[in-house]
Amino acid sequence: MSNSDSILELVNVSINFGGLQAINRLSFQVESGQIFALIGPNGAGKTTAINMITGIYPPAEGEIYFEGQVLSGKKPYQVTRMGIARTFQNIQVFQNMTVRENVMVGLHTRSRSEFVRCLLHTPMVRKEERMIRRRCNEILEFMGLASKAGLLAAGLPYGDQKKVEIARTLATEPRLLLLDEPAAGLNLQETHEMSHTILMIRETGVTVLLVAHNMDLVMGISDTITVLNYGEKIADGSPAEIQNSDKVVAAYLGREPW
Amino acid sequence: MENRNGCKLVDLPESTRRKDRFSFTLLVVIIVLIPVLVESKYYLIVLNIIGLNTIVVVGLNLLIGFAGQISLGHAAFFGLGSYFSGILTANYGFPHWPAMVVAMLATGAIAYLIGYPALKLRGHYLVMATLGFGIIINILMGELEQFTGGHDGLIGIPPLSVGGLTFDNDLKNFYLIWAFVFFCMLVARNLLDSRVGRALRAIHGSEVAANSLGVNTSSYKVKVFVLSAMFASVSGSLYAHYITFISPSTYDFYYSIQVVTMVIVGGMGSLWGSLFGAAILSFISEALHVAKQYHIIAYGVFLSLILIFLPEGVLVGIQHFYQSKKLQRLIAVKTPFLLWFNRF
Ligand SMILES: Nc1ncnc2c1ncn2[C@@H]1O[C@H](COP(=O)(O)OP(=O)(O)OP(=O)(O)O)[C@@H](O)[C@H]1O
Ligand SMILES: [Mg+2]
Repeated sequence: MSNSDSILELVNVSINFGGLQAINRLSFQVESGQIFALIGPNGAGKTTAINMITGIYPPAEGEIYFEGQVLSGKKPYQVTRMGIARTFQNIQVFQNMTVRENVMVGLHTRSRSEFVRCLLHTPMVRKEERMIRRRCNEILEFMGLASKAGLLAAGLPYGDQKKVEIARTLATEPRLLLLDEPAAGLNLQETHEMSHTILMIRETGVTVLLVAHNMDLVMGISDTITVLNYGEKIADGSPAEIQNSDKVVAAYLGREPW
Repeated sequence: MENRNGCKLVDLPESTRRKDRFSFTLLVVIIVLIPVLVESKYYLIVLNIIGLNTIVVVGLNLLIGFAGQISLGHAAFFGLGSYFSGILTANYGFPHWPAMVVAMLATGAIAYLIGYPALKLRGHYLVMATLGFGIIINILMGELEQFTGGHDGLIGIPPLSVGGLTFDNDLKNFYLIWAFVFFCMLVARNLLDSRVGRALRAIHGSEVAANSLGVNTSSYKVKVFVLSAMFASVSGSLYAHYITFISPSTYDFYYSIQVVTMVIVGGMGSLWGSLFGAAILSFISEALHVAKQYHIIAYGVFLSLILIFLPEGVLVGIQHFYQSKKLQRLIAVKTPFLLWFNRF
């Protein structure tokens, strides 16, 4: 590790799908306590970067370090247990479960009872269940979801489903949170609430890696921005530096206005 | 229990437990009363078959309804329970309760050997693997004559007993089998209402999300498959000691289809639906006591109709019907029964 303050470090990471080089020798560092934004036009490789960090696709080349430990080769559930949680660009709430239950699944890593104990509903299970309920209520309160706890997730409006996804990741007690397009599909008011939520999460000491299209959100709350285009880093710096970068403007103008 | 958008409000877990306690109490009352009301020996046999099927179906529903995996080989696990118990007790004079435990553990181990490789791969490999496995086991039951008695079957399996009480008639077996049904439903309920049960339902909802919340999804799928095979094995052991005679034809592919149908009819992911599905289909099977070919056709038609008109299963479908606004307006008065029914 070149920097002792960095919580996440990617070193020359690459991956290709068939002939497509989705990420090409990407390196960056996320400093502890930051809101770090990863931006870029459609298909730039932002989601793929998150998928590699969380172990969904192992990188073909390069190394990924989390708090100095090697991540490559770890399965998604192991990465989560190490202290990284993520949300999904295409919402993946458990539609068949209530809001409360969704968050309770997030507390899976915080409890230990396995099959036999659960079948027999032993005192340890009961004790853990009380802990899970209590933690779950705190998180629902924090995310402003307490009044919706008993509703099936499938019936919630889009914005609330996004909140459920975040609530669930917070339940795993991550030190690094990866948010893939948290504001996509939200209206102005909801986007505003979302930036507030992200800032609040950072307040609690969680480092945030934010992938987003919405420039208002990114420019307003991030400390550092890295710009991807065709799987390569084309710029990084503070929001002001990025806004004035010709390369970035060109990359975006080529495809989609911002 | 509907909110303004017509979206179902789910009860808080505390009340879920209370309502379940009520349902389980009701189940006990019904079990105790049935033999008083049912005098015919024939109906007692049908009820015993329903109970044995319920145990298999509850286990299978944990796999299908909660983990979203399908097995077409549960006849084999049911059969392994029967044959392990039967062979150990009839041929080798093993004490029957330990034999039943050995049967359950051995069946679980075999399920692990099949489930582990099949569930490692994404896709429907478990269906293929269990289908092939079921057929092979069924053939072996006929071919391994020196142990199984071949196609003529295995005779002389002793009835179960506790202390001085021997379960040697239909009535005694009724109480024994339904005590097991009660116990199996209770532990299944415990599991579902726990950390592990939520993880299983999460896998059904979104495997990638469950994984990214720290659930070791492939291991959980294997474990629930093993558990469901063990449920089938216990039922198979009870069956062998009840009938005291077993032969390969009981454990053919048709039975695997039958139990899958019961899960779907009762409602995938519905515990009480499992009991319901096992009850109506076992009853229909007995009522239509004709050749098996026609059975299969009848099952096919029945299954298609259910999937088209009541895809959530009959019990859940009826509940939703009761919960629909139209009907509630029609009835206008919410009877206490309806309120109770809604709470499932
Ligand atoms: N599993 C996969 N198989 C094949 N190609 C893939 C796969 N995942 C991503 N890709 C391709 O890799 C490239 C990067 O995709 P990715 O989803 O990471 O982009 P993105 O920056 O998240 O875009 P968006 O802003 O649209 O979300 C795209 O060309 C995409 O089609
Ligand atoms: Mg993306």
